[in-house]
Amino acid sequence: MGAGRYADDMPVAAGTLHGAVVRSPHAHAMIRSIDTSKALALPGVHAVLTGEDVRALSDPFLVVLKQPIDQWALAVERVRHVGEAVALVVADDRYIAEDGADLIEVDYEPLPAVIDPREAVKADAPVLHPAAGGNELSVRDFVYGEPDKAFAQADRTVSLEVEYPRSSYTPMECFVVVANYLRGDESYDVLANFQGPFSIHPVMARALRVPGTKLRLRIPADSGGSFGIKLSVFPYIVLMALASKITGRPVKWVEDRLEHLQAANSCPNRVTKIEAAVEKDGRVTALRFDNLDDYGGYLRAPMPGPLYRMHGATTGAYDIRNLAMTNRVVLTNKMPAALVRGFGGPQLYLALERLMQRIAVELDLNPLDVIRRNLIPAGSFPYRTCAGALYDSGDYQLAIDTALGDGRLDDLLARREAARKQGRIYGIGFATVVEPGMSNMGYLSTILPAQVRERQGPKNGAVSMVTVNVDAVGTVSVTADLTVQGQGHATAISQIVADQLGIDPEDISINLELDTQKDQWSIAAGTYSCRFSPGTAVAAHIAAQRIRDKVARIAAKQLNTLVDDIVFGNGRVYSRSNPDNGAAFGRIAGTAHWSPVMMPDEDDPGLSEMAVWSPPELAPPTAKDEINTSLTYGFVFDMCGVEIDPVTMQVRVDRYVSMHDAGALINPLLAEGQIHGAFVQGLASALYEEITYDESGALETGTFAEYLVPTACEVPAVELLHIETPSPFTPLGAKGLAEGNCMSTPVCIANAVADALNVRDVPLPITPNRLNAIVAGAEPAPPPDLKAAAPAAAEVPADKDAITGAITGDGEVVVKADPAAIWDALLDPQSLKAIIPGCHAVEAVSENHYRAEVSLGVGPIRGRFTADVHLSDLVEHRAAKLSGTLSGPLGKAEGRGRVTLAGEGDSTRIGYTYGVDVGGKVASVGGRMIRRAAQLIIGEFFERLGRVATGGENGKAAAAADAAQPAAPAGTASDEAAADATPKTPPRETAPEAPSTGASSWLKRLFGDKS
Amino acid sequence: MLRVNTNEKVTVTFELNGRTVRGEATPRMLLTDFLRGELGQTGTHVGCEHGVCGCCTVRIDGVAARSCLMLAVQAEGRRIDTVEGLAASKDALNALQRAFRKHHALQCGFCTAGILMSFSDYLSRNPNPDEDEVRDVLGGHICRCTGYAGLMKAIMEAAAELRGARTSKGAPAQ
Repeated sequence: MGAGRYADDMPVAAGTLHGAVVRSPHAHAMIRSIDTSKALALPGVHAVLTGEDVRALSDPFLVVLKQPIDQWALAVERVRHVGEAVALVVADDRYIAEDGADLIEVDYEPLPAVIDPREAVKADAPVLHPAAGGNELSVRDFVYGEPDKAFAQADRTVSLEVEYPRSSYTPMECFVVVANYLRGDESYDVLANFQGPFSIHPVMARALRVPGTKLRLRIPADSGGSFGIKLSVFPYIVLMALASKITGRPVKWVEDRLEHLQAANSCPNRVTKIEAAVEKDGRVTALRFDNLDDYGGYLRAPMPGPLYRMHGATTGAYDIRNLAMTNRVVLTNKMPAALVRGFGGPQLYLALERLMQRIAVELDLNPLDVIRRNLIPAGSFPYRTCAGALYDSGDYQLAIDTALGDGRLDDLLARREAARKQGRIYGIGFATVVEPGMSNMGYLSTILPAQVRERQGPKNGAVSMVTVNVDAVGTVSVTADLTVQGQGHATAISQIVADQLGIDPEDISINLELDTQKDQWSIAAGTYSCRFSPGTAVAAHIAAQRIRDKVARIAAKQLNTLVDDIVFGNGRVYSRSNPDNGAAFGRIAGTAHWSPVMMPDEDDPGLSEMAVWSPPELAPPTAKDEINTSLTYGFVFDMCGVEIDPVTMQVRVDRYVSMHDAGALINPLLAEGQIHGAFVQGLASALYEEITYDESGALETGTFAEYLVPTACEVPAVELLHIETPSPFTPLGAKGLAEGNCMSTPVCIANAVADALNVRDVPLPITPNRLNAIVAGAEPAPPPDLKAAAPAAAEVPADKDAITGAITGDGEVVVKADPAAIWDALLDPQSLKAIIPGCHAVEAVSENHYRAEVSLGVGPIRGRFTADVHLSDLVEHRAAKLSGTLSGPLGKAEGRGRVTLAGEGDSTRIGYTYGVDVGGKVASVGGRMIRRAAQLIIGEFFERLGRVATGGENGKAAAAADAAQPAAPAGTASDEAAADATPKTPPRETAPEAPSTGASSWLKRLFGDKS
Repeated sequence: MLRVNTNEKVTVTFELNGRTVRGEATPRMLLTDFLRGELGQTGTHVGCEHGVCGCCTVRIDGVAARSCLMLAVQAEGRRIDTVEGLAASKDALNALQRAFRKHHALQCGFCTAGILMSFSDYLSRNPNPDEDEVRDVLGGHICRCTGYAGLMKAIMEAAAELRGARTSKGAPAQ
């Protein structure tokens, strides 16, 4: 234990530099300028890279669509999502690099942002990539069979609109890159926890302007999980490679969790309108899909994969021959989408399986009957779907009957009945899923019209490669074209090879590091889309078989018998007819190294076999857009019972059954591990995890306190069942199985909730807030008299309605100074400097326009900000409005506020109102923390204002050495420093949105108060 | 108490897995970075650096704690145990390790070190936990691979085995 070899554990060369990334606080903005001088002046900082450096030294990443939507490793000219990398600071260590990052001054010109994909496709939406002419980058219509005719003839139609949210499965190990530019041969040597597919290797090499052989990519033997996410380390590989070239030193970068949650990747959110033509008995004769898939700020290769990965399997487990589909790709101001386990499956099945449930409800049928009536008949495999998938094997009826059997369905029904009798809220859900394994590398070309595909030449297949090597004493080692993420590949491969060679799996050495200069790989290499069992495992099997055949030939010659008589077992190679005639495996195998003279005539010496597996079923798309998107198609049937707490509206999974047919199981223990893991991720998508943005594009889920990953306490028991219908298309009969529950579980739980509440729309994730909104309607607005309850601060009419923001608030204090003194203090830069907490400098840019440098800290985050404040509507000694921005490396805020002054004897009552929107890093950390910080800062501001206005520090107002009379009766502080001003009513904030937007409150004070 | 200036590297000395170690740290250096970067003890992993995920859990004076929420200088004079040290206490490691392997309780293994440290502390204080108690402690860790099913089984089994080992070593048997 503790002996793992993860990327961040690997030793680095002496002199290695460390990078820290400066990220955009804006969802959408032009970069006017970047001032790197202060960072470069910091001792220990070696270099700063900006988008202009990257543009000069590299080419934009290739994209699937021929559209002018360039993306580089750093933002060039414009930022398109919060967290987008804008600059890289390279320094002696990470701490100094982060200091340097704080000193980078980026001048942004904010632009309107668009977050909702439905808004983004509208004509008047802000456009992310103006050269592309709009945000909708691709619209493709597909027709299979005669859907229009089927709809015209149908008894009725059933339709639904669903939206799959953004989420990510956040591996516990973040991205790691160590890049070294080798000046001698002008090549790059990079260590990174990249997961593949290696079709991205040419993308990186091309961006770096080198041939593929000059980008040596090494993947370590251990990786702390990936789930698709670690594809997206690739822009950072290019970035660190460039940094190494510039500095002449190795450069290491380790992503931190906030960076990961704001910019690593997410699945695309998808809005699907789905419609079925249905017969009275529930038989579906045709389907129509309108898919709007949202990829965020950029279309990173290999996007839009999720929209096409399931293409051939769009009709799921059902025998539906008529299909119409519109696929639309849209960009919005969110982090770019990429690979996330499930990869298009969860989005498809949320629509399809929710629709099947709706058909049962609207036709008043049993949902199981609707499913059964439409299933592909058991005897019809291999089955070609209307969109071109070739389902290899299955017996869906048997799988479902087995799952329902042994009283499992009866038990669920009894639980529901008993619960409902007691007035509890209980529902049952089902989900039926066809799970693809090993993607056809040509599936994405389906997005191109047939004529374009013809011009470009066909793309198809999936190449798997494994090498089995036997050394001079007969010890066996294996390398493979995959990347380790914890699936247990080494165990499975050693088992497959040992089976062939008759040796102990423990004696086989599996080295799953991958080195693009020394190991076998093709574009399909890596670990994703369930390619291990149908792909690499098969290549291992074939390579081991070849070794076995060769050793058998050597043995036959040595043992003087026929090849057919040779048997492998217990570490020996021997004659079947005379088991005593034999020798240890190592002794026979060693012949190939020590005694070439003893080799059979047809064999070369040496003992190493590299096998390539490329199944013929993975053909390119046809002229009619039919595509066999994957090689194997497993089957999953889930059912569950859920109970909903009537008070909290929390969903509790009461019982969950998951049936899998993944063909022949290579290793049942590893298989169950994959299924359990996928189940909990599916549960997370159903109930907990969502990456959220506010309307301005500020990320709200920047820590694990906001992005809710299930722990052991949230996870219900799940019963796993299996049947096995081996795939005829792979020698091992095994199919992929690691993604099924990511596809089935979200919709199974959604169906159960729909059943429990008898509702049509079930938004994911199904949070108590959302369910409550469905059941109880939207939350009423807070009573208007809350604000009015505070005594009016002044006779100046307060137009509070004008003050808007994600966070708004107001308050008042009484200060023992006259309004003129306070007015002067508030309008004087030098006074303001003393008043604003953490203020280093205030400069008057022009009349009523100030710029201040301030340092602020919230919890773990501390940074320097520039405040830019405009005063307007000045009513001397009475009132002022202010508006402005606060920006820094940690985030930005835009605020507006109003201050009123009213004399009361020798004191002044100061009233203030503010509204603020916050973005960037500060917006994505805990809201509670920031709210607390805000209270402290606002309190401090008024304490200081009192001191300054009464002459304590500035002498502007009449000196009042004795403590002023605080207006608040309670909590009067007696010590002279604190007593000058005490908030009469505590500053109050109202944050109507998600808690994290509350984060903002403290920033605005700076304006709100400053006025 | 150690007094340090902001930019000054200081020597931090503590007991790590039973041996005195020392290294140079700036005052702001996290204990995780110190353990991994300065002392080369990379068994302790970093998963979130805000105390939620539990990957970096070590024992400080015997008690499980997040090393990402602690500065290296705060470890001065303390007793720190990490997963590397667990290998030395054969009983505990063997029982947990065997059970983890048997029940496939780890996949990528990144969160494992922290979980082992939490339970090496917890099981020493509560050798006879029920499932809810184990789940509650495990709830302090995020594992994204396993879905926790194998972890629960493995920990329950290891606890039982450790009880047995204690009993057979002459602890007062019932």
